Amino acid sequence: MLFSAGGVVSALLMPILLVLFGLAFPLGWLQPPSYEHLRAVLSHPLTRLVLFGLCMLSLFHWAHRFRHTLYDGLQIKHLNEVIAALCYGGAIVGSATAAYLLWQVP
Amino acid sequence: MSETHAYTDYHPRWLRRPVSTYWWLHQRSYFVFILREASCIFVAWVVVYLLMLVRSVSESEVSYLQFLRWSASPLVLLLNLVSLFFIVFHTITFFQAAPQAMVVHVGGSRVPGRLVGIAHYAGLVAASGAVVWVLLGV
Repeated sequence: MLFSAGGVVSALLMPILLVLFGLAFPLGWLQPPSYEHLRAVLSHPLTRLVLFGLCMLSLFHWAHRFRHTLYDGLQIKHLNEVIAALCYGGAIVGSATAAYLLWQVP
Repeated sequence: MSETHAYTDYHPRWLRRPVSTYWWLHQRSYFVFILREASCIFVAWVVVYLLMLVRSVSESEVSYLQFLRWSASPLVLLLNLVSLFFIVFHTITFFQAAPQAMVVHVGGSRVPGRLVGIAHYAGLVAASGAVVWVLLGV
């Protein structure tokens, strides 16, 4: 369930966020939001909640999918426990980091 | 007279051909499948990138401007361009699979798969519009 939720959320939000912050703003196609505006947007609890959801669900989507890609792709089932720990552990650490950073927004 | 003999069932061993580690390079469809699964790596990268943005905004205006400048550097631009390809690929392939995974019943009948797919794309347009409206105020 986490896998599919992460897939849907990342599919809905990441394209536009990446187009804006990955290409349009750096390349000057669009004027990036002013610092004050962006800070105001980020400090809103709803934004933080949505961003946290996006980060956490996407990370678990990655963890599950990457784990199975390693199994099936590289045929390394004998490294089961290590891979599972690294993937889901990574997702947990990433989610905790996201929570911390989003909590810290002034 | 002949005695009865106990026979064991004839049970051949299963034929298991060892699978090469590079099985996914043998056919185009296998390769595309692995490419689709690998798109999740770029999903994780976008999470990291967004959190870097959040941290830069939390720190100061200078730090935010530095982040914008850094995001314009050639390597980061290239990474994000490649990521965008994979994220869009992820979106399209995920929405392709969604109608098969989501069986929706309204009233007594099943909603056709195409409608489920269209609803997902409508959601994408709506979500993108909302993000642009919040960020750019247009």
